[in-house]
Amino acid sequence: MKKRYKLEDLCCANCAAKMEDGIRALPGVKDASINFMTQKLTIDADDARFDEIMGEVVALCKKIEPDCVICI
Amino acid sequence: MGGKKQKKLLVRILSASALLVLLQLWEGALPLLYVLPYGIAGWDVLCKAVRGIQNGQIFDENFLMSIATVGAFLTGEFSEAVFVMVFYQTGELFQNYAVGRSRASIAALMDICPETANLETEQGIEEVDPQDVAVGSIIVIYPGERIPLDGVVTDGSSAVDTSALTGESVPRDVAVGDEVISGCINGSGLLRLQVTKPFEDSTVAKILELVESAGEKKARSERFVTRFARYYTPCVVAAAAALFLLPSLLLILAPDLGFLSGTTWSDWLHRALIFLVISCPCALVISVPLSFFGGIGAASRCGILIKGSTYLEAMAKAETVIFDKTGTLTEGSFSVAAVNSADGTSKEALLESAALAEAFSHHPIALSLRKAVSAPLDLSRVGEVEELPGRGLRTFVDGKEILAGNHRLMEEAGISFVPCEEAGTVVYIAADGSYAGSILIADRPKATAAASIAALKKHGVKHTVMLSGDNTAAASAVAAALGVDEYHAQLLPDQKVSRAEKILEAKTPGSTVVYVGDGINDAPVLSRADVGVAMGAFGSDAAIEASDIVLMDDDPRKLALAMKIAKKTMSIVRQNIIFSIVIKLGVMLLGAMDLATMWMAVFADVGVAVIAILNAMRCLRIRE
Repeated sequence: MKKRYKLEDLCCANCAAKMEDGIRALPGVKDASINFMTQKLTIDADDARFDEIMGEVVALCKKIEPDCVICI
Repeated sequence: MGGKKQKKLLVRILSASALLVLLQLWEGALPLLYVLPYGIAGWDVLCKAVRGIQNGQIFDENFLMSIATVGAFLTGEFSEAVFVMVFYQTGELFQNYAVGRSRASIAALMDICPETANLETEQGIEEVDPQDVAVGSIIVIYPGERIPLDGVVTDGSSAVDTSALTGESVPRDVAVGDEVISGCINGSGLLRLQVTKPFEDSTVAKILELVESAGEKKARSERFVTRFARYYTPCVVAAAAALFLLPSLLLILAPDLGFLSGTTWSDWLHRALIFLVISCPCALVISVPLSFFGGIGAASRCGILIKGSTYLEAMAKAETVIFDKTGTLTEGSFSVAAVNSADGTSKEALLESAALAEAFSHHPIALSLRKAVSAPLDLSRVGEVEELPGRGLRTFVDGKEILAGNHRLMEEAGISFVPCEEAGTVVYIAADGSYAGSILIADRPKATAAASIAALKKHGVKHTVMLSGDNTAAASAVAAALGVDEYHAQLLPDQKVSRAEKILEAKTPGSTVVYVGDGINDAPVLSRADVGVAMGAFGSDAAIEASDIVLMDDDPRKLALAMKIAKKTMSIVRQNIIFSIVIKLGVMLLGAMDLATMWMAVFADVGVAVIAILNAMRCLRIRE
């Protein structure tokens, strides 16, 4: 399933790249990309575990850029 | 960072700077007092650094900046520590502002989707969400309103402004029966539309979807930058550690070494801190995507939709451009190109009798003949029509016998005629057994096609190729008129694919092949080429789907413009990459030799980032 989320307060382009790498490496994530300019996260992950994966994604982003919020 | 946060940061920067100036002027100031402006300017950086360590993010820029400034404090460089923090925050503020501005200007570009639609119901007109309007319902567009959904005009006439979609400033006239596209602005007339597509499939929704996902297909240089950033920071931090630890160790073990003379461990710490300040790759990481985004934004303002920065990059490397002929380089519709009347017949009379003779035919040739006559045709003047398959027809106009058809018809009737050698379809006309003239019907090259091909060449395209399903005579005439280097005629659709594949195989490594077509029957070629450009895709989903770059109208000049934007964007990207890396490495080298100050280091960090961002913003301003 492919979904797109808005990211709020994403201020650091380097963090965005780190988050993107981190999310891609999560098990069950097929592809992920963060567009720093539009502040959007596009994620393609397993349908069955999607919500669980999104939980991990949120935790990961919190670690890398605490100010940044994923609007779910 | 929102406007409020930016304002707060600005206040903090200003008060910290004011305090710093006061402390500088006050000679008896205690060093401890410097903590005050430092704290005002950088408390959040310190907090974030601590949180970063807790989360295992050690190469976080906040952490690096904290280490560098705290280190400066410890080595007794009080004012420097404060200044570095103030300058760093100023840079951050500026970065945020610049990124915010470019985001806003691109968002404004994307503001083409109206919130409501005026749905006509039995109870009158209701304002509803465009998403809730069913196909087939009637919506009303008031003058000056943006059209929310694609549809066909059922009532009224107006001129619609398509500039938000196509970049074309001349409004398009629409009347009953015409299709109109969502996203355009209605002119002064009231329009009633029958909706033809649900909102999800409307032009506006498609375009927004496309631009939003443009960031997913990242260019090689964009990927290079993130890869570079991944190694750059750890390397610089390691170098900083080595720069401090090794000489300090040597100072204890072998203090007599030449390059150590007159230095203490705190000198080496200071040099190492300079490295830390430069170790954030932000300038690069932010300016490269920003440049691409600016380029894509500038393009979409001109009616050129680019599906990802990778295509911008590939476009700039184009060596060969392949064109489809009909509809791309030519108008794609037949029209009268020349009227050659025999002595004693006027051109108008010739055209009129031809149009009358063909008045009942549905052949495209007949249509173009009728279109060329402005006055209405009086069909009662036409007598019985006899079709002569493969030749033409015989009929009577005003009682005169008219023969209209190809050269075979003339030859068989024994009429001596002047052969017309020009490319296209020729209709010969004879009246009462004597030759009256010939009419050339051809697909005309677009007025801007030749100039566009010349412009592409100027932008570095080495080879242009035209593919056509038409006959060789027609293709060669168009190729010669437009200055196309190579052409292949009489190609069936699958032969177009294999021809394009041959060109793709023969390209020089590292260069790309661009294919430009109308997207209607050349989808396989569009997707096979390195960059597939669909032209005149205004409202055609299939074309938008199959291509990498979409030109909203069918003006070939847009292709040259897309090439110009691609080239400019790539050159700005290259400038930014080289400029940032050279300055950073240069300052590091000077720093290691004790020739650089902390101030230079801060410049190499945020100063370079700001310059790179300003440079990247130039991409937004590329136009014709």
